[in-house]
Amino acid sequence: MLVLALISSFPAMADITLMRRNELRHMVEHDCGSCHGLTRRGGLGPPLTEKVLENRSPEVLFKIIRNGVEGTPMPPWKGILNDEEIRWIVSLLKGGI
Amino acid sequence: MKNIPIKILISLSVFTVVSAYPVTPTTNRGIIIERATGSIKLVDTARRIHLADVDGMGDLSHASAVFSRDEQHAYVFGRDGGLTKIDLHTCKIEKRIRQAGNSIGGAISRDGKFVAASNYEPGGIRIFKADTLEPVVDIPAVYGDEENPEYSRVVGLVDAPGQRFIASLYDAGEIWVIDLDDTWQPEIRKFTNVGLQPYDALITPDGRYYIAGLYGENGLAVLDLYYLDRGVRRVLQHYGRDEEELPVYKMPHLEGWAVAGNYLFIPAVGHHAIHVINKNNWEEVTRISTHGQPVFAIARPDGRQVWVNFAFPDNNYVEIIDVEKLAVVKKLEPGKAVLHMEFTKEGDEVWISVRDEDRVNIYNTMTFDNIGLVEADKPSGIFFSSRAHKIGL
Repeated sequence: MLVLALISSFPAMADITLMRRNELRHMVEHDCGSCHGLTRRGGLGPPLTEKVLENRSPEVLFKIIRNGVEGTPMPPWKGILNDEEIRWIVSLLKGGI
Repeated sequence: MKNIPIKILISLSVFTVVSAYPVTPTTNRGIIIERATGSIKLVDTARRIHLADVDGMGDLSHASAVFSRDEQHAYVFGRDGGLTKIDLHTCKIEKRIRQAGNSIGGAISRDGKFVAASNYEPGGIRIFKADTLEPVVDIPAVYGDEENPEYSRVVGLVDAPGQRFIASLYDAGEIWVIDLDDTWQPEIRKFTNVGLQPYDALITPDGRYYIAGLYGENGLAVLDLYYLDRGVRRVLQHYGRDEEELPVYKMPHLEGWAVAGNYLFIPAVGHHAIHVINKNNWEEVTRISTHGQPVFAIARPDGRQVWVNFAFPDNNYVEIIDVEKLAVVKKLEPGKAVLHMEFTKEGDEVWISVRDEDRVNIYNTMTFDNIGLVEADKPSGIFFSSRAHKIGL
């Protein structure tokens, strides 16, 4: 069951093409980086280093990226990224990739 | 052999005459920020060439630069709090300090003696001597309860006529005017409740108005520097994200406002439009539809055109507004991820950084022809030394 749950919330690499993964990685570095810092140490947006995100659940991070954060400049990315891609980014931020 | 002493004599006499100045004028120099590699490229804008690289600049995301009055030195403010003084003549770092943990930008005083940095961490403004980068004064952006003060992130720092700097406090919703007349004991005038989340600001090229954009609510906060006692006014109550809030993928920058006659051109927040404002009464004249969410709207120095670039995912394009017609007259596609534009001081050419194509394109602003390029690694900001003579840049 646990294995199944993991598989369902974190897609296998094969689900996202290598090319798309490179695009996403680039996007995280540069587009997320314009607010959160290229090295993710923060800026207008909070730091997103692995250490800072250690205690944040993947589901919460998923929702933040997908829906944005009301009252802050964090926009919802659901029009740009699909759920699978957002989950992949969460794994990337958490240091799982 | 006979000629040598004469040559020496000539070079000596030339040296004597010009020794106070660099041998090569640095008036057509500029820098391109390569943010991923933490390096900058020095360029010659007249010859449209890359001269040298300067490495070891730290985290340059959102980096910016200001210039000394003689255009010989650039001061580069990095995200990681690095402040680097670069000699544009020798193409070397003259001095580098880490002045804060997380920084957003800076300014240089009108007389060129002081540079100021606006910081996120620790929230505040720090001022340094321009020649040595020696700290002069530290101004924490304290707000709220005196017993448990909080520190605000500081944005929109500019120089202003007189020995003044002006900045906005993002978290506190305040605008501070810092008067350096008595350098060691600067006088700070605080304007509170200017609006929610001022995210960036600018000073008009005539040095009269300081204007902050508000993220948290509609409108702009305007301070008339001729009449500080009148306080901060809110104008353009409808300017902002409106009821139907669209996602903003990149915050617009307020810099290089296009001023032509009495018109100002401001990027909309979250909308595909540029607002045209009459500076006399602060009313909107019209709204020009654009290809995407504008990030920069920068005027050609003569004020006849305004060039606009866009936020992700429309950031492959640049549109040119004809100021007389108040309409978009040209659309260019420089390539993937256009981040910044910088005009030569004559305005005849514009350099455009195309991040994901690793190059800077150069265009003729009359014909819109692409007339050159300089290769650069993930280029972002472009800053020319002619900024030295412009207020707020």
